[in-house]
Amino acid sequence: MSRLQHVIPSGIVALVGLWVAYISYTAQPAEAFLFPRLISTVFVVLSLWTFGKACLGWSRVGQGLSREMLVNLVPGLLVALVYIFWAARTVGFYTSTTVAFFILLSLYDPAPHSEVRSWIRRIIITAGFMAVMYGLFAQLLRVYTPREVFF
Amino acid sequence: MEFIGYFGAVFEPAAFGLLLVGTIGGLILGATPGLSPTMAVALLIPFTFQLAPAHGLILLGAAYTSTVAGGAVSAILLKIPGAPANIATTLDGHEMAKQGRGAEALQLSFLASAVGGVFGVLLLIFLTPVLARWALAFGPSHLFWLAILGVTVIGSLDSRSVVKGLLSGCIGLWLATIGFDDIMGAQRFIFHPALGGGINIIAALIGLFAIPQVLNMFAKGRQPLGGEVIKVQPHSLGASMRELFRRPRALSIGTMTGSIIGLIPGVGGQIAGLVAYDQARKFSSERDKFGTGHSEGVIAAESANNAMVGPSLVPLLTLSIPGSPTAAVLLGGLLIHGIFPGPDLFNNYPDVAWTFINSMLIGQILMCIFGLYIAGLAARVAQVPQSVMAAVVLGLAVFGSYSVQSSMGDVYVMAALGVMMFFLERFGFSAAPLVLGLILGPIAEANFIQGSMIANATDGLAVYFFSGTLNIVLIATVVLSIVYSAWMEIRTRRFIEKQEAMA
Repeated sequence: MSRLQHVIPSGIVALVGLWVAYISYTAQPAEAFLFPRLISTVFVVLSLWTFGKACLGWSRVGQGLSREMLVNLVPGLLVALVYIFWAARTVGFYTSTTVAFFILLSLYDPAPHSEVRSWIRRIIITAGFMAVMYGLFAQLLRVYTPREVFF
Repeated sequence: MEFIGYFGAVFEPAAFGLLLVGTIGGLILGATPGLSPTMAVALLIPFTFQLAPAHGLILLGAAYTSTVAGGAVSAILLKIPGAPANIATTLDGHEMAKQGRGAEALQLSFLASAVGGVFGVLLLIFLTPVLARWALAFGPSHLFWLAILGVTVIGSLDSRSVVKGLLSGCIGLWLATIGFDDIMGAQRFIFHPALGGGINIIAALIGLFAIPQVLNMFAKGRQPLGGEVIKVQPHSLGASMRELFRRPRALSIGTMTGSIIGLIPGVGGQIAGLVAYDQARKFSSERDKFGTGHSEGVIAAESANNAMVGPSLVPLLTLSIPGSPTAAVLLGGLLIHGIFPGPDLFNNYPDVAWTFINSMLIGQILMCIFGLYIAGLAARVAQVPQSVMAAVVLGLAVFGSYSVQSSMGDVYVMAALGVMMFFLERFGFSAAPLVLGLILGPIAEANFIQGSMIANATDGLAVYFFSGTLNIVLIATVVLSIVYSAWMEIRTRRFIEKQEAMA
C-alpha cells in the first residue's frame, strides 16, 4: 500500500482532531467544554502521531484500497447513498427499498445477466424480501415511514 | 441462589417463544459468513423496542449465544468461519467433514458449545452479584477511570495498531459529546440539525457494525460462493456424546480458557478459540493428529468460544463497562428501555437481570438441541450469495435505524458513520473502541464532572483523581494494557520484518 494512502486518511483524522480541539478550547460556556477539552488534547496528540508516522512511511497497519476494489465498490456505494440520502425520503421507504434492493442484487449477483431465469430469481427474491420487511416493520412493529409516491 | 426464583419467567409463553426465535434465528445468522454476532445483535435491537425489557434482552441474549455456535456450521461444512470466533473450528472440523464425519463434527461442536456455554453462564451467575456488591463502593473518580479503562483496553488489545485503536476510542468519546451538554444546556459540535439530540446509540451501532460489512461485500464484486457444502452422513448422537466425555482434557481446557478470556475486556472469542485449540494440542497425547480431523480440536475451540459469552457480560452487568463489542450492543439494548446496568441493577431490576441471565442458561441447551437439527438448513443459508446478504443487511439497517425514533436524521447518522468506519477500517482503525468510546463517553463525562465538583470542594483535582488505592490500580491497569499492547505490536512487527528478510 502506498504512503499516500496512509497520509490522506490520517491527515483527515488529524484535521478533525485539530478542529475539535479548536472548538473545545474557544467555545463558551467553558464549563460545558471541560470534558471535550480533555478528550481533544489526547485526540490531537494521537492523530498528529499517526499523521507523522504516515508521512514518514512508517504506517503499515490496514489493507488500504485497491483499484479493483474501488471499481467494485463505487456502483454499490452510489446506489446506497442515493437510496439513503435522497430516495428514501422523496420516493418513500418501501418503493425506494424495492428499487435499490433490485439494483444492488442485479449489480452484484454472480449469476449471468443474459439468463432470463436469473432475472426471474432476482424479482422473486426482491418481492420476498419486501414482503418480509412490510410484515415486520409496517404490520408487526407499526413503524410509520415517510409517505410513498405511488400509494 | 436468588436466580432460581426467576426461572419461571423464562418459561412464560412469550419469553420462551422469543428465546426459541432468537436461538433458531441466531443459529442461521451465525452460519452466514459475513454476519458477525455483533452485527446480528445490533440489527435485532429495533425489534425489541415494543417488547418488555426482559423479553427484549432474552431475544438479544439468545441471538448472541447461538450466532457464536452457529458459526461452526459454515466453518465445518464450508471451511468458511461464520464468525471470527469459529476460525479455530475450521482447522479440524472441516477435515472431519471431508472424511465423511461432518455430522460427528457438528454434533461435537454443538455439544461442546453447550457444555462451555453453560459453564460460562454459571460463572456469570455466581460472579456477578459478588462483583456488583464490591462495585457499590465505587465513587465518581473510580467510575471515570473504569470508563477510560474500558476504552483503552479494547482500543489497545482489539486493534493491530495501539495508537490507531486508542485514536478510534478518542473519536468515539468525541462523538459522544455531540449534542446538548447535560449540565449547562450548551450546544456542542451540532453541525447538522440531525445531530441536535446527539448521536443515537442504536443508529450508530447499526451503522458502525453493519454498513462496513455491506461495503466489504460490495468491494468483492460479483464473487461466486467460495466453498462447497459437504454432504453430511447420519451419525449417532450417543456416540458423539461418548466421544465428548472421552475427551475431558480438551473440554476442560476449552471451557476454562474461554471463561478466563471472556472476563478480560476486549479479547474476544477469536482469541479464546485459538488459544484453547493451541493449549489443547500442547496437552494432548495425540497432538500429531491436530489439524487432520481430530475431535479434540473441535471440542476445545467450540467449548472455548461459547464459554466466553457469559463471562464477557460480567463487567457490563456489574460495572456498566461492556467488555466486548457485542456487550456494548447489549448495553444499547438495555439503555433504550431506560435500564442502566451497574451495581444497582440487581437491586432495582432483579427480575430483568435474572430472567435475562437464566434465559442464557436455558438458551445454551436449546441452542444445542436445535443446532443439531437445523445445521443442514443453516448450511444452505450460508450459501446465499453475498449480493443478497449485502442488500438484505442494507435494507434492515435503514429500516432498523429509522424505526428507533421515526427519524430520517438517525438514518443519515447511521449511513455517515458506517461509510466513515468502512474507510477507517481499511487503514487500521477499529470499530470496537469507537463504539465503546461512544457508549462509555457519557459515563466518563458525568463522573468526571461530578468528581471535579467534589474535588473543587475538597483537596483539588489531582488528589481526587490520582490518589487512593483503587484509583492507582485502575490507572496502572490503563497504562499496563497500553504498554503491553505496544510491546506486543513491536514484537510482531520485528517478527514479520525478520520473516520478510529471510524470504
